[in-house]
Amino acid sequence: MAGKLKLATVWLGGCSGCHMSLLDLDTWLIDLAALADLVYSPIADQKHFPDGVDLSLVEGAVANEEHLALAQEVRHKSRVLVAMGDCAVTGNVTALRNQLGAPDRLLQQIYVEHGDARGVLPAAPGIIPRLLDRVVPLHAVVPVDHYLPGCPPAAPQIRALLKALLSGAPPPAGGRFG
Amino acid sequence: MDLAELNAIAAHERASRKPIRIACCTSLGCYASGAVELQQQLTAGVAATGRAENVEVVGVGCMGFCGHGPLVRIEPEDLLFEHVRPEQAPAIIAALDGGPCDVERGDPRHPFFARQLPIVRRNGGVIDPERIEAYIAAGGYATLYRVLHDVSPAEVIDQITRSGLRGRGGAGYPTGLKWATVAKSPGERKFVVCNGDEGDPGAFMDRSILESDPHLVLEGMAIAAYAVGAHEGYLYVRGEYPLAIQRLTRAISQARRHGLSGSQIFETAFDFKVEVRVGAGAFVCGEETALIASIEGRRGQPRPRPPYPAERGLWGCPTLINNVETFANIVPIIERGADWYASIGTARSKGTKVFALTGKIRNTGLIEVPMGITLREIIEDLGGGTPDGTPVKAVQTGGPSGGCIPASLFDTPVDYESLAAAGSIMGSGGMVVMDAGTNMVEIARFYMAFCMDESCGKCVPCRVGTVQMHHLLDKLVNGQATSEDLVQLEALCQIVREMSLCGLGQSAPNPVLSTLRYFRDEYAALLNAPSAAAPQPTD
Amino acid sequence: MAARTLTIDGQLVSARAGETILEAARDAGIAIPTLCHLEGLSAVGACRLCLVEVVGSSRLLPACLTPVSEGMEVRTASERLQANRRALVELLFAERNHVCAVCVASGNCELQNLAVQVGMTHVRYAYLTPQCSVDISHPQFGIDHNRCVLCTRCVRACDEVEGVHTWDVAGRGVNARVITDLGLPWGEATSCTSCGKCLLACPTGAIFRRGTSVAELERDPRRIAVIVASRQERW
Repeated sequence: MAGKLKLATVWLGGCSGCHMSLLDLDTWLIDLAALADLVYSPIADQKHFPDGVDLSLVEGAVANEEHLALAQEVRHKSRVLVAMGDCAVTGNVTALRNQLGAPDRLLQQIYVEHGDARGVLPAAPGIIPRLLDRVVPLHAVVPVDHYLPGCPPAAPQIRALLKALLSGAPPPAGGRFG
Repeated sequence: MDLAELNAIAAHERASRKPIRIACCTSLGCYASGAVELQQQLTAGVAATGRAENVEVVGVGCMGFCGHGPLVRIEPEDLLFEHVRPEQAPAIIAALDGGPCDVERGDPRHPFFARQLPIVRRNGGVIDPERIEAYIAAGGYATLYRVLHDVSPAEVIDQITRSGLRGRGGAGYPTGLKWATVAKSPGERKFVVCNGDEGDPGAFMDRSILESDPHLVLEGMAIAAYAVGAHEGYLYVRGEYPLAIQRLTRAISQARRHGLSGSQIFETAFDFKVEVRVGAGAFVCGEETALIASIEGRRGQPRPRPPYPAERGLWGCPTLINNVETFANIVPIIERGADWYASIGTARSKGTKVFALTGKIRNTGLIEVPMGITLREIIEDLGGGTPDGTPVKAVQTGGPSGGCIPASLFDTPVDYESLAAAGSIMGSGGMVVMDAGTNMVEIARFYMAFCMDESCGKCVPCRVGTVQMHHLLDKLVNGQATSEDLVQLEALCQIVREMSLCGLGQSAPNPVLSTLRYFRDEYAALLNAPSAAAPQPTD
Repeated sequence: MAARTLTIDGQLVSARAGETILEAARDAGIAIPTLCHLEGLSAVGACRLCLVEVVGSSRLLPACLTPVSEGMEVRTASERLQANRRALVELLFAERNHVCAVCVASGNCELQNLAVQVGMTHVRYAYLTPQCSVDISHPQFGIDHNRCVLCTRCVRACDEVEGVHTWDVAGRGVNARVITDLGLPWGEATSCTSCGKCLLACPTGAIFRRGTSVAELERDPRRIAVIVASRQERW
């Protein structure tokens, strides 16, 4: 299919701040729409990740089974994969729980010991995904092509990266953590 | 003290010897398996059987055949008994009359003994290390006397240089050159330091020398001090060697009492005062700049060189640091001459080297062999191969800074250059023998765990790099590693080697590099995991 | 003072005898990354970031400690050095819990800047996520060991500039920690003069001034009345 490229954005274990930053691109989003079709995104109503995506921006760390499965599916179906923001690149705030030990212990503390009077662990197999032992950055589970640090990355940085990658050029270097 | 007195002590000591001598090894290995009680039982038995007139029981230093201890030797018949238990004392005494004796007999002409060339260990297993008179009777301190009266410091250094002696701590720096540098370094105050912080896994050469012949080291240090113009010395011994520390401390006070240490030694203008400093359990304190910091009372961690200690060492003064075995070589060299010493060994590695044979080897123990002997001769002839006769797979030399040499290279001669070319180092003398059942990746992980635990934490590559390498080796051993992990491990080896501050970090990758070089198939066989392995969900 | 001429990255540079390669390079506008180095403090050569290649030396040498010599030829940015430096910064990020997004020093942190300087895009090594304590027992300052890189600049500033030596290092390897007064909580370290030089020396957010993050502010407005009252009594 000549013409428009397929763009996807994915939200794993993060605060959605990176997507907010993406929306900060304001009117340039109209220019972006001329370059690419947004085929999958938390801000678009698409239930399944489609095949043959040219570029996927992934926000968030890999914290649970659902993230892991989605990350692998996205990698499999995307030509170019970008870890967008510190959570995807380093684990960041999402990974702070790694210092506190196994997730079982953590859930117990949060939902039972410090929870409300009913104090039960959330359990809904098939609906609530199980937590992984450790939160890991995206590149720990799938190969990543480009990294865009920042918490969140500033809108102009996202634009510079998109402009370069959508035109087939190498992305600009730099960007800082935090 | 003068020469006449020294000779009188020696003569008296020799005259008071009894015709029959039961020598009982009291070095740490035998000590730990009951040698002290055995010695008491032998002494009591000799008295009880009314033989005290012509039989003496003497505690001696290490005989070397540690795996067969406690050892007892009867002279002049040259009977050797092995694995002797205290309750067997009467049987040994009975054997003096040629009576039947069911105590396990050893062969003093076994290749383990016959193939050795004892120079620094010549008094080991022979003299009582707790009595200075025994050392003097064996010719001790006569060399120091001669040096102080008849030899100039420059001549001493010349002898050491011409002998070809190289540092026995492992790196093999020419000893004479080091001495000359310290001698020429300007400074009113200089120090001589003996590095007894031996810490390689499986190494106990220095411990044995210090336990068996402490005065030999002290005399060597005194000669060194005279040669370089120092008047103060420190013996830095690791805290895990209580018997060595005890015997050294005793030896120093005996030497001081006899005017062989302290002020105006042998009634000359030469003063030399020695003190023992006990390490507190840090392997890195074997590195000379860390050792200096530790003696000074500071945190034992290395600093970048230059300046080298020969120029700026202890308290900023020129300092000569040599290893225990290096100092133990000094007296024999001066005594018998540089040419004699240089006639032993190979073109570039002179003299002998003490090795501690451990691991999957029949004859565990301590040996002193001439440089140039092959690994095969050591392992097969002296060591007797593996206990169950299966083939030897490899030998690890040089401790955590060294490497594993495969059996296919066992014809490599033991010298500094050949071992380095084989991907290992001479090191201080630990030799750990491995059989076919040994997993070489696990061996690499063991040494990496050692380096990781012993890293002082000062420089980033060693502090964190060793942990990351250990993590990757752990993944390998557990079958969780990918081919990317192996690539990363090799990259880390390079980074840690090039970027670390001291020898500990710079050589920490060696066990990995050498096992990768010779046993890469074992690494490859462990790469079971698919690429970019996913973390497992919790249950 | 005698001058020395040397070549750094192909550029002829003149330096004073006794100067280090790092000083000579900085004077010539050549940036060599550093972390444990701080002007005014003794150099220790611990972070290894400033290692350079010197023709004729088989080993890499720390620019912060190696004096210049006549005719010396130095390379500060070979591919090997750049790769190694990047690896060192990654190792540091993997060692403790550096989370720039929630750090007081973000935007003013030497470690964060180093990541940019050496071109670190992500950390290839396993995060060690150690358990690190935060000591806020001192009334004015705090130390968060999650952010400490063990550069020992606090130790040297305290010892060499303030002349106190409240700080030192305990433990070894990755378990090494900077400590106050033989391991007492900072607030109980009686040798500390509260001068704040360690805070100035710290390259990251490990040592910080308290009272600047959420719900930390302490104030007593009644002190105004006390001041006014005591002045009135004088009049």
